[in-house]
Amino acid sequence: MEFIRIEDLWFRYDESEEAPAKDERYVLENLSMTIGKGEFIAVVGHNGSGKSTVAKHLNAMLIPSMGKVYIDGMDTADESLTFDIRRRVGLVLQNPDNQLVAGIVEEDVAFGPENLGIEPAEIRERVDFALKAVDMYDYRLKAPHKLSGGQKQRVAIAGIIAMKPDCIVLDEPTAMLDPKGRAEVLDTIRKLNRENGITVVMITHYMEEAVMADRVFVIDDGKLLTSGTPDEVFSQVELLKRHRLDVPQATELCYKLRACGVNIDRLPLTEDECCALLKEVLA
Amino acid sequence: MRDVTLGQYFPCDSVLHRLDPRLKIVSLITFIVLTFCTFNFCSLGVVAALVIAVVALSNVPLKMYLKSLKVIIIIVVITSILNLFYGQGEPIFEWWIFKVTLAGIYNAIFVCARIICLILFSSALTFTTTPNDLTDALERLMKPLTVFHIKVHEIAMMMTIALRFVPTLLEETDKIMAAQKARGADMESGNLITRVKALIPVLVPLFVSSFRRAYELAVAMECRCYQGGKGRTRMKQLKLHKRDYICMAVSLLVIAGVILCNIFLPQIH
Repeated sequence: MEFIRIEDLWFRYDESEEAPAKDERYVLENLSMTIGKGEFIAVVGHNGSGKSTVAKHLNAMLIPSMGKVYIDGMDTADESLTFDIRRRVGLVLQNPDNQLVAGIVEEDVAFGPENLGIEPAEIRERVDFALKAVDMYDYRLKAPHKLSGGQKQRVAIAGIIAMKPDCIVLDEPTAMLDPKGRAEVLDTIRKLNRENGITVVMITHYMEEAVMADRVFVIDDGKLLTSGTPDEVFSQVELLKRHRLDVPQATELCYKLRACGVNIDRLPLTEDECCALLKEVLA
Repeated sequence: MRDVTLGQYFPCDSVLHRLDPRLKIVSLITFIVLTFCTFNFCSLGVVAALVIAVVALSNVPLKMYLKSLKVIIIIVVITSILNLFYGQGEPIFEWWIFKVTLAGIYNAIFVCARIICLILFSSALTFTTTPNDLTDALERLMKPLTVFHIKVHEIAMMMTIALRFVPTLLEETDKIMAAQKARGADMESGNLITRVKALIPVLVPLFVSSFRRAYELAVAMECRCYQGGKGRTRMKQLKLHKRDYICMAVSLLVIAGVILCNIFLPQIH
């Protein structure tokens, strides 16, 4: 079932009152995509490609200059729906430090539901549930600044989950984390998608992370370059390289081996697949 | 610098720690007023007994209280000495222009005792209540002020955010100082003025990044449906327990005791 629908989205910052100059640059140009309920989507692209701008359109933080964004049929341009849209699409930002509001973990997680005006007893339930879902329940009485980056980001995710959204959008949630923190956060996201059926849209520039998604959208210079399953997208190594985008290292290795004449028929995405494939070839 | 604790909360478990913070604030105000309404030794004795009881119940080491008294010791000494010489009546000791009277001695004792009680009561509050609880309690206590268009929720939210970000900004200050030192900045030598000037390259980046943080935090809060205090509920409900009612009863007894002592026993002066 379709949950998010982006139709011919054009966007530029600083909408000036006077007629814009002709060469005014759009951050996003003619972007269309649909995302189904329960899907795990990765949006990849360079820094400055406009992928974070896409994220902010999904919960009405930004409104399209032209085109439409619908969240479960609700038009984000309609201000009376903004509150409803934001309670259904939670956005997790890049810097975990700057999105925690309260001085105690559980009170921070309660911030969202409190804003929704939910009954105290139910908030308590939701907070406990959310903290358990991200495996941070034991830290509920700690101060945020005593936590590691990965832990803080998980608390930020819990703060969104406690609002019981249908969809979580994560804007480069792992960019500021060390490898351990990154693994923690990614495991959490995957678990939420699989076990709780939450639609996930993850913005990232790590191709290794994009591989775990059901579908990948590649954005370059504000335009949709290609999309499809990770297999479909990352098999187009030449196209991605031409736009100076990486492919997962395992894919790249086999791509280069094939270019050197090694007989490899399909490109792997993960290290495990790559190992199995190379074993087959070497046998 | 990372483990800085704001205020002087002393983490441990005691009856006072578990009391409702609203009750603690109201009691503190009442007790301070009470301390200044003691007009004879008997009522002062009642208040002193209360202070001793509070300090003992707080489970906070006496050393902590002495530390907070140390800060004001000079004020206590100076005011007592001044009071010593301001009494009226028959001098019991005279030297040059200084006259010490019985009333002066009493005055000095009372002023000294009152200031000490005041400090001990307020320390007991800050030792046993986290800054977060204090903010929370203040918001709830000041709620009636919304009638006068005072933005109680906004003030409390600002205090909460300030408390949350103090450690973060301290950490950032450390980082910036290290970064500037790595670029050759000298912050330890020179006189006061040079050293204050050397702080400018630390403060400017700190300010810039604080504004960026504030902007990002605002976005994050909006993402979480924050719309100000209207229609907002709270997870933590402050409820008065049995111990709070007991505390109230004891406070009322003490107040009654002080008033009775003042009425039925002769006043000094």
